[in-house]
Amino acid sequence: MAGVQLKNLEKVYGGTLKAVHGINLDITDGEFMVLVGPSGCAKSTTLRMVAGLEEITAGEIIIGDRRVNDLPPGKRSIAMVFQNYALYPHMKVRGNLAFGLKIAGCSRPEIDAAIADVARMLEIEPLLDRLPKQLSGGQAQRVALGRALIKKPGVFLFDEPLSNLDAKLRASMRVRITDLHRQLKAEGLSSTVIYVTHDQTEAMTMGDRICVMQAGRIMQAATPKELYNHPANLFVAGFIGSPEMNLVDGALEGGDFIVGSQKIAIGSDLERRLSEKPSDAIIGIRPQHFSLAGSEGPGLSARLANAEFMGHEVYLHTELEGRKLVCVVGAGEFEALGRSDIVRLRPDPTKLHVFNKIDGRNVSLRGGSIAA
Amino acid sequence: MTDITTSNDLTMDETARAKRRAGLRLFSTAIRYALLFLVGFVMLYPLIWLVGASFKTNSEIFSGAGFLPQNPTLDGYIKGWQTSTPYTFGRFFWNSFLIILPKVIGTAISCTMAAYAFARFDFPLKKVLFGSVIAILLLPNVVTRIPQYILFRDLGWLDSFLPLWVPSALAGDAFFVFMLVQFLRSLPSDMEEAARVDGANSLQTLVYIVVPMLAPALISVCLFQFMWTMNDFLGPLIYLSSVDKYPVSLALKLSIDTTEAFEWNRILAMSVLAISPALIVFFAAQRYFIEGISSGGIKG
Repeated sequence: MAGVQLKNLEKVYGGTLKAVHGINLDITDGEFMVLVGPSGCAKSTTLRMVAGLEEITAGEIIIGDRRVNDLPPGKRSIAMVFQNYALYPHMKVRGNLAFGLKIAGCSRPEIDAAIADVARMLEIEPLLDRLPKQLSGGQAQRVALGRALIKKPGVFLFDEPLSNLDAKLRASMRVRITDLHRQLKAEGLSSTVIYVTHDQTEAMTMGDRICVMQAGRIMQAATPKELYNHPANLFVAGFIGSPEMNLVDGALEGGDFIVGSQKIAIGSDLERRLSEKPSDAIIGIRPQHFSLAGSEGPGLSARLANAEFMGHEVYLHTELEGRKLVCVVGAGEFEALGRSDIVRLRPDPTKLHVFNKIDGRNVSLRGGSIAA
Repeated sequence: MTDITTSNDLTMDETARAKRRAGLRLFSTAIRYALLFLVGFVMLYPLIWLVGASFKTNSEIFSGAGFLPQNPTLDGYIKGWQTSTPYTFGRFFWNSFLIILPKVIGTAISCTMAAYAFARFDFPLKKVLFGSVIAILLLPNVVTRIPQYILFRDLGWLDSFLPLWVPSALAGDAFFVFMLVQFLRSLPSDMEEAARVDGANSLQTLVYIVVPMLAPALISVCLFQFMWTMNDFLGPLIYLSSVDKYPVSLALKLSIDTTEAFEWNRILAMSVLAISPALIVFFAAQRYFIEGISSGGIKG
């Protein structure tokens, strides 16, 4: 059983290029932590530093109660699943599973029993005598998973393990991995997971907590719900959620947010949540938090550029004072609207976010919370 | 009606043209194969003649350029094998073997280790050292002959097999190190990282993971070393002085030197025997050999 602590972790390449900027992260024992972010945000570098495959420039990594900075990967009580499986091509599946245990000096019966257990758990028994080149992508990924499981490590490290699979298989593997994590946890076995992905669906569906990274810095580490409802800054707000949050710049004046010639009424709930009132602000509205207003009453008039039918809902691509807005409304609601070039949109004032345009901070997080 | 006639004419015209094209293709293929066969035959003819002539009598060898012996005889092989020295040719083959075996094994082990270090590790002066390897690659062999001779003389290694294999067994052949480095650079390092996570140290990773993946290139290295050592004449000539230590390459020359009237059929017969191990080994490992040199980035 082992938690992981990253303390002021830094990585500098070639003396000048700083890839990781002193990050701090505390992953509790048994937690499923997802590191997510766009390409080049150093999430994989961070994971590789935890694995010991990348040297640390500064800071500390603590696994369990041991400082592992100077320990080789094999002595860190970790197991890793790589993006392209990294199965040993000349060894059969059985050999791939057994390798780590052989190196650890386990006896033949012990190894055989462990292989049988893992093969049964992952349903790879018929594949044991095949070479990696004879496996499909999904099978290879399960073997890679087996190779990690068989070692019974303190921490599992996953480096974009599903990105080489097709969409359907990815969805089923996602469920399999989370089930496996739950099962290990229920059995009282070591189950701390650090999972790297650039896919926010994976992050949102799998993680107990998600650590959003950008340019070698942690933007926010929180539960999926917290990230979605209370993004700490513009980056997280734009990164989490699909379609992504509409970010509209304008000015806060009195009780209104002014966008060009139109106003969005802030309302008392948001007013209460504001920790400051920056004059230059960006307002964040999730596409799902719009409703269609009638021609009378409060609302924003936007030009409808395109409507995408997604079945039970419709994505409206609109233009508001030169700014693009995406709204998700119910198919029935849209049908009732009839054909029109102009739509009247009403954002839910209880679910608005206000960001300081200068530093991107969310200034609407004080006190109250946004209803989920 | 007119339309139908026109389309029928067109179809017949097209069929005739297709037939002509097929005929031309067949003709061009025949010409190409004939040319290839001819050039191949011209290039192989010396070898074919060598094999044929080894079964001829001495008087017949120079009577014509044909390779088929009129009165085939094994005389060349029997007398050639006995040699004009107290030793048979078997002794010389054994000597060659005693040089080749440690040299090939030593080269495979030492070059793999050196190449692995250059391809996968960062260490002080790595660039300078790798630069030296490339520089040595470009250095003519003859430049190092005299200093090497003096060194081996001072070590007391003259008239022994040691100068012939020890330098190679210590990764002295820059070409092989370079070839393996190139091959290793083309291999993804994920498997090695997975092995490290599995707890393997550098040596275990090299032995259990890298070497099996390196097999095609290693086979090429061993084949090259085998063939070059088998054919090496200058090395043994410089360092070996006792006839009982001569390898095959020197022994062949020996039979030319010692008699005034050369027994050509014996020399040719022994030449056939001398090239046969290299040929057998090459054809047995041809597939790996080609895979090894082509994926290592060294082609030609």
